[in-house]
Amino acid sequence: MKVLMFGWEFPPHISGGLGTACYGLTKGLAKIDDLDIVFVVPKAHGDEDQSTMSLVGANSVTIGQVQSHVEKFKSQHTYLEVESQLVPYNDPDEYYTFRSQDLYGKNKLIKVDKEGKLEFSGKYGADLMEEIYKYAFVASSISADHEHDVIHAHDWLCYPAGIAAKEVSGKPLVIHVHATDFDRSGGNVNPKVYEIEKKGMDAADKIIAVSNLTRNIVIEKYGQDPNKVVTVYNAVEPVSMEEKLKIKKGVKEKVVTFLGRITMQKGPEYFVEAAYQVLKRTNDVRFVMAGSGDMLEEMVDRAAQLGISDKFHFTGFLKGDDVFNMFLLSDVYVMPSVSEPFGISPLEAMQSNVPVIISKQSGVSEILTHAVKVDYWDIDAMADAIYGIIKYEALSKVFKEEGKEEVDNLKWAKAAVNVHDVYVSAIKLFEPLEKK
Amino acid sequence: MKALCLYFQIHQPLRLKRYRFFDIGNDHYYYDDYTNESIMRKIADECYLPANKIVLELLKNNKGKFKISFSITGIALDQLEQYAPEVIDTFKDLAKTGDVEFLAETYSHSLASLINKEEFIQQVTSHSNKIEALFGVRPSVFRNTEMIYSDEIGEMVSKMGYKAILTEGAKHILGWKSPNYLYCNAINPKLKVLMRNYKLSDDISFRFSSEGWKEWPLTTTKFVGWLNEMEDKEDFVNIFMDYETFGEHQKKKSGIFEFLAHLPQEVISKSKYKFATPSELASEFHPIAQAHVPNAISWADEERDLSAWLGNKLQDEAFRKLYALRDDVAAVDDDRINKDWKYLQASDHFYYMCTKFASDGDVHSYFNPYSSPYDAFINYMNVLSDFQIRLKILKDGLALDPEELQYQILQKDELIARYERELSELKN
Repeated sequence: MKVLMFGWEFPPHISGGLGTACYGLTKGLAKIDDLDIVFVVPKAHGDEDQSTMSLVGANSVTIGQVQSHVEKFKSQHTYLEVESQLVPYNDPDEYYTFRSQDLYGKNKLIKVDKEGKLEFSGKYGADLMEEIYKYAFVASSISADHEHDVIHAHDWLCYPAGIAAKEVSGKPLVIHVHATDFDRSGGNVNPKVYEIEKKGMDAADKIIAVSNLTRNIVIEKYGQDPNKVVTVYNAVEPVSMEEKLKIKKGVKEKVVTFLGRITMQKGPEYFVEAAYQVLKRTNDVRFVMAGSGDMLEEMVDRAAQLGISDKFHFTGFLKGDDVFNMFLLSDVYVMPSVSEPFGISPLEAMQSNVPVIISKQSGVSEILTHAVKVDYWDIDAMADAIYGIIKYEALSKVFKEEGKEEVDNLKWAKAAVNVHDVYVSAIKLFEPLEKK
Repeated sequence: MKALCLYFQIHQPLRLKRYRFFDIGNDHYYYDDYTNESIMRKIADECYLPANKIVLELLKNNKGKFKISFSITGIALDQLEQYAPEVIDTFKDLAKTGDVEFLAETYSHSLASLINKEEFIQQVTSHSNKIEALFGVRPSVFRNTEMIYSDEIGEMVSKMGYKAILTEGAKHILGWKSPNYLYCNAINPKLKVLMRNYKLSDDISFRFSSEGWKEWPLTTTKFVGWLNEMEDKEDFVNIFMDYETFGEHQKKKSGIFEFLAHLPQEVISKSKYKFATPSELASEFHPIAQAHVPNAISWADEERDLSAWLGNKLQDEAFRKLYALRDDVAAVDDDRINKDWKYLQASDHFYYMCTKFASDGDVHSYFNPYSSPYDAFINYMNVLSDFQIRLKILKDGLALDPEELQYQILQKDELIARYERELSELKN
């Protein structure tokens, strides 16, 4: 079986859990016999681990190839229209312009770099819509060049690419919902994003959701047939011990950690408030908020206002070894997410023998037994749990030992088998259609 | 005869390195040596050395007629000693002419005057000691960090024996009054207050090279013309500014050094003014009124208040947390702690945490090592946390009972003796 997989990021160049999940899943899938993956990302840097699959960066596909497929692409797609102001291009110094027309004959400008390649920044940012559109544009070309039996697209950024590839090759499309805009926006959904998500789900032959929480959202908010939607829980990569010896703990106090994007979805403000409650009762603790995001400044302000800044630290965005180092220094890990489709990071913490406190509003709480589960808004319960774990050795010992055992049984290989089953069912679904 | 007083401030921040959470408790060195050295070196070459060369010639050529005054912060002196010691030698050469006055400051360019009297007194004393040791004269006039002044600060300074203080001729304090007279402190009239003429000072330090300014280009003839046009009754004009105006804020190509080189002769030959030092102004003129400054003023930004360093949540938190450590620092009295304590108090750290970026944003971003005030705050608090930990360890060490300590040493000695025995046994 050959899988054409579209992702948005891949380790080490990651801005969130999506890249980590994709990496784990592809490694798990590699253990299945007779299964090959071509993984497409917007910008392949060249230093990604390619031992388990071949990685194609969309920015290394030259325009020559794209041009040959433009006509075909355009004649087949009507729903990939992106409003023209989403393609703001006006920089004659650095780029040549590649002019194309959409179905209505309107001119579109697309950035092309000096070697005639489409330029992808591969970062989440203001040009995101433009990037998605370009990515889908290139996907049709890649789809024709790489033979495959099934297409697998991760998250909304890649749905248009998946749809485009499907239209060119006529193969079944599986989309993988790692998060929906209902999670990211706290209910205040961006209509453009919702539209892309909805179209992706409608076009998909099978949908994989990372938890029942997410599966329900897909069914209820996006009107999908429950039979089409399958829950496959994420897992976690085993950590090697050599990384574990790197850092010396410089502080004597217990360390309580929040690690993730500092955005509304992750509930950082509840962590700050809980920290304040705990610090009222004991001085023998430090809090760390690791990560960055649009609420970082607000959190720094709040910690300063509460007068706890000498016990509440910020690290900025951490990646690679620093994430593990952070876990090694931690005595408690807290994930107070307001809405978390899954949440891999508590699993990583448990692997490093760190007790975890997670919100009930997270997908991962569906599968974990040895974790404290609180409502994200219940800062008193959160503070109690933190205080209990740092003060009562027996409690933290149980969480460490049992948690480690529990998490070691969550293997990507298992998740991969489930994903493989979804592929098989999707292909089956497609066969009668092909015969017609 | 009217007087013209030239005073220049010399300070360079001692920048902190990128200090991460992971470093807390592990790494006790906080400074970005590379950046500090390269910036100090650059400013020494582009400003201090060429400017001092010109000033020395001016002093020699106009013996007794040209006078100038400086204040150099302790932090700047420490860095000069480290990275550009020849600059100190050139200042010593200036001092030898006898026509240069060095003013007192806080050692750390700190805001101690606003929060802790003992710390303030200690810093001013150690700075005056250092100036006396380097230049042979003990300062008699005081200049607070960033010209920060209030009635209470004036009173403290007066009690310490200084006869005059420099501050900003802030419009909201003076109202209709002119900065071109001598004033005195509202609580203790013995202390004379010298006000900066910010219009004429800023014409040189801010506007000199701005081509959009209607008076551009500013020549010495034009400047002396303005001096001559001033009210006859007025006593003097105070031109106070950063010494870095020469070659740094105003680049060499703007002609700022030529302006400096030609101004004294123009003043001496074509004006009713003579040059005077701040202490000469304080003793030669009579105060015309008390200066009422109940709330502190400074020479910074449009507001001329403290909002560049204090007032937002970040600044207030860092400032409170820092000075909460003062008693422990004094009790521990450890050399390295004392040194870091001095450097962590520099007002620059709080300046980088400033969140008001309107017309003054340019000045705030000048040589600012941080991308945002939040970044500055996070880095500073990480450093401060490590400092707290070190302080606590030393303080707990002090609290140890001497008998207990003796007992512990004995135990360790026994242990060592035992290991030595084992070692020699193993060798045999």
